[in-house]
Amino acid sequence: MPDLPPFVLFYLAALAAAVLPQRPRQLLMLAVPIVGGLVLLQLPADLLIRVTFMDMVLEPLRNDRLSQLFGILFHIGAFIGIVFSLHVPERSQHVAALLYAGSALGAVFAGDLLTLFVFWEMLALSSVFLIFANRTERAWSAGMRYLVIQVISGVLLLAGALILYRQNGSLGFNHIGLQGAGGVLIFIAFGIKCAFPLLHNWLTDAYPEATPTGTVFLSAFTTKVAVYALARGFAGTEALVYIGATMTCFPIFYAVIENDLRRVLAYSMINQIGFMVVGIGLGTALAMNGAIAHAFNDVIFKGLLMMSMGAVLHMTGRINGSDLGGLYKSMPVTTTLCIIGAASISAFPLFSGFVSKSMVMVAVLEEGHPVVWLALLFASAGVFHHAGIKIPFFAFFAHDSGIRTTEPPLNMLAAMGIAAILCVFIGTYPWTLYGLLPFAVDYAPFDGSHILAQIQLLVFSAAAFAWLKVSGIYPPELHSTNLDVEWLYRRLAPNWLRRSTAGLDRFRHILMQGSHRAGRGLMRQILHHYGPEGTLARSWPTGSMVLWVAVLLAASLMLYYL
Amino acid sequence: MIGTQLPALQVVVPLLAAPLCLALHRPFATWALTLTASALSMLVSILLLGQVLAQGVIDYAFGGWAAPFGIAYRVDLANAYVLLIVTTISTVVTIFARRSVASEVEAHNQGLFYTAWLLCLTGLLGITITGDAFNLFVFLEISSLSSYVLIAMGTERKALTAAYQYLIMGTIGATFILIGIGLLYMLTGTLNMLDMAHRLITVADSRTARTGFAFLTVGLGLKIALFPLHLWLPNAYAHAPSAVSAFLAATATKVAVYVLLRFVFSVFGVDFALGTMPLALGLAVLGTIAVLSASTVAIFQHNLKRMLAYSSVAQVGYLALGVSLATPAGLTATLLHLFNHALMKGTLFLALGCIAWRLGSVRLGDLKGLGYRMPWTMGVFVLGGLSLIGLPLTAGFISKWYLVLAALERGWWPVILVIIAGSLLAVIYIWRVIETAYLSKTNKTAGAGEAPLSMLLPAWLLAIANLYFGMHTGLSAGIATQAAAALFGIQP
Repeated sequence: MPDLPPFVLFYLAALAAAVLPQRPRQLLMLAVPIVGGLVLLQLPADLLIRVTFMDMVLEPLRNDRLSQLFGILFHIGAFIGIVFSLHVPERSQHVAALLYAGSALGAVFAGDLLTLFVFWEMLALSSVFLIFANRTERAWSAGMRYLVIQVISGVLLLAGALILYRQNGSLGFNHIGLQGAGGVLIFIAFGIKCAFPLLHNWLTDAYPEATPTGTVFLSAFTTKVAVYALARGFAGTEALVYIGATMTCFPIFYAVIENDLRRVLAYSMINQIGFMVVGIGLGTALAMNGAIAHAFNDVIFKGLLMMSMGAVLHMTGRINGSDLGGLYKSMPVTTTLCIIGAASISAFPLFSGFVSKSMVMVAVLEEGHPVVWLALLFASAGVFHHAGIKIPFFAFFAHDSGIRTTEPPLNMLAAMGIAAILCVFIGTYPWTLYGLLPFAVDYAPFDGSHILAQIQLLVFSAAAFAWLKVSGIYPPELHSTNLDVEWLYRRLAPNWLRRSTAGLDRFRHILMQGSHRAGRGLMRQILHHYGPEGTLARSWPTGSMVLWVAVLLAASLMLYYL
Repeated sequence: MIGTQLPALQVVVPLLAAPLCLALHRPFATWALTLTASALSMLVSILLLGQVLAQGVIDYAFGGWAAPFGIAYRVDLANAYVLLIVTTISTVVTIFARRSVASEVEAHNQGLFYTAWLLCLTGLLGITITGDAFNLFVFLEISSLSSYVLIAMGTERKALTAAYQYLIMGTIGATFILIGIGLLYMLTGTLNMLDMAHRLITVADSRTARTGFAFLTVGLGLKIALFPLHLWLPNAYAHAPSAVSAFLAATATKVAVYVLLRFVFSVFGVDFALGTMPLALGLAVLGTIAVLSASTVAIFQHNLKRMLAYSSVAQVGYLALGVSLATPAGLTATLLHLFNHALMKGTLFLALGCIAWRLGSVRLGDLKGLGYRMPWTMGVFVLGGLSLIGLPLTAGFISKWYLVLAALERGWWPVILVIIAGSLLAVIYIWRVIETAYLSKTNKTAGAGEAPLSMLLPAWLLAIANLYFGMHTGLSAGIATQAAAALFGIQP
């Protein structure tokens, strides 16, 4: 068996899936991540394949511990996603998902920036079809916005790579750092894909518009590739600590007022990535291990939550918190699985989030960032509220929405089951995961203080939620909850925000009007000159062509005589 | 024995086949003859390139009259490389032409069509291979006159106007070139380019030389369709028969660029042409405007052949930018783009030829849902389009990569921005086609089915070549680098 780069198998399978009928296609798709995973485990450690291309050394396959871990993770993520989407009849979604998973693998095994760039763009191009596949107007425009932003990220990456190539004469993808324009450009490119604050809108915009199955793939790959890239190129960059801390906190507020439960999860995704970014920013062995282990766990528990919401959407056709409720009666298994995911993301002891998040938290304290530590603590409480309680509560409990449905298809349950087992397994026996991490792990997760601190945090947040509920801020009458929740989420908060920013709004309005007018004017000008009958596009009479020749001759004669 | 006669054969084979074509007259026979002549020329050009690579520059004296008195052919890497481009494209497009021409040109004109085709090929090869300035003008006229005929054979009546305009403009361009050559002859008393270069060194700083340079650059600017002298091109490409659009777009402007390079680097010398004279500045400014404005115009075109024609004007802008850098790296980028652009424009025009064969139209509105009715044809178009945009793993990426590196080397940041902006504009105009073909509702009324295999195969051949030369750059970039070094007079 020659040492194939892992993406090759997925790309070939995507080609085959494009022509195979439903049944063999399903079998093929199930086989790909399993075979791929086995091949990956056979790859010799620290393998490096080099090819020369236009005098440049490219490394389409570099297998070290960091790549290997993400490789394993993406195979697991792809397998779970494929099982979950097995029933989907559309061929295009399957092809896109295989290409997408393959591109993620290509990116994490890329040893040079040019190869990374190719897969960086392929990630965008393949994943956008999972959004388009929803076939709604909203999905279409969200997908286009997503694509534009992702392509910009790729262009920045390429530009940065070129500058580095001129500087160092090599395209190798190793530690980059923020020195020089090239490093900064690449940092921004990674930052876009990693959903840094202010660069994050594509994620919350596009992910909830994808198909129920597509979101599961989306949540597994793009941002985790970015986390990997940051870990490889910018470990120990201090700015990341503060960027990450911001990422953990600001989405909490949005997640609380959001009604679309998949969008809540999208916000909570940014929050979780924040923990990883903080860890990468610290750059110590413990912090890096924590960040990477958390990325590993996040793919699985976020996938589980996305799948449970996907199952709800698939069965009921609704996803707004205000439209759902009481589903535990008809979907008890899904409810249980969702709660396992919620417990994992909230970092309950014995669930997977706990064993990795606490590593980052300890590292933050060890490195002497108490303020950041407090921010992360606040964020942890926030996660528990919006992802740990809100998601299962509004979907499966709360008031009874009267929806009666059944459990989702078997393949969806199976996929969620696999993810849930992994969550519990890693949570109770984390040493397998620790053994895969790039640095040696000298960390005891189930130490008394960790457990005590986390339990205190969880108990008090739960108490806060309960107190809000009992004291009537969450209205007691279930019947009216529907309206109130809707109003709270969709009207009050935005109204309050709007009123408090009225001045800003007026300014924005003027600016918008101005830019609209300018835009229209510009467009008219462009059409006037470049449009089908514009000055520059219409067929010119021969005479004026000749005139141009004369003008140019005169001009060059003059220039040449000077 | 025959090895030493290769430079003559390169021109003589298509030249002799042309009158034979006229005598044969029957469509299939003339096509077969054209294909044979073209394939033979390709073989000759491959052998020539091999010889040049092995032994260096080949000098050939026609009829045994030694230079500078006789007509001398001189083959170095640069023109061996252009000869290969021209003959390969001609051969591939000729395969494609049989069905395409049969549907677009009346049967009794097809014999004439192939005669003109062969003459055009003769002219282009002659321009490229000759070492004699006046001989170059003669071949320029041969290729121009035959291309007017080819364009005039387009299906629409507009083709006549387009050919007429091209005739006027082309003749003015050729006249300017002739005046330029005449002035140089007056100054140096020789027509042999090598000899001319030696004698020019002492008299370059005279009014006559400068005037000659002005006439030559403007005349050649017209032939390469440098903005704003490109106005003849969109109509000529849009209304010509599909095969002719593909052939001319991939070869004619390339050969004209080669002539410009030959005069700039081999006759006037780079110090005079790009140092003393402000030609570099002119090329940089006009190249920039060409890239930006022609790409923008292309976005709003409804006729896809016209869209590609404007895109060609933009590509000429990239070529001009490469020359204006006045470094070996910049020249390499230009030479490389000559090759790659021939591939991608050839690919795209062949795809349009297939569409025109099936739908009888290449208007954007008629392409709705075509991605599902003609998947193979649209596949070619998509590949060619991706290459035009410059996506990695396609030939177009290699060109842009070299051009950007060359610009970085000089520290010309604005040029890099222009290249990026040009690529983004290309994304828009190619995406428009892809969106219409794949994402809008199918036009039920339009005809269905693929183009015939004899058209699809050559189109796919070029499309795959785009991918191949995007991954293996030994031939394209390797020779371009050496040829650029040779033009700069750098010994390897």
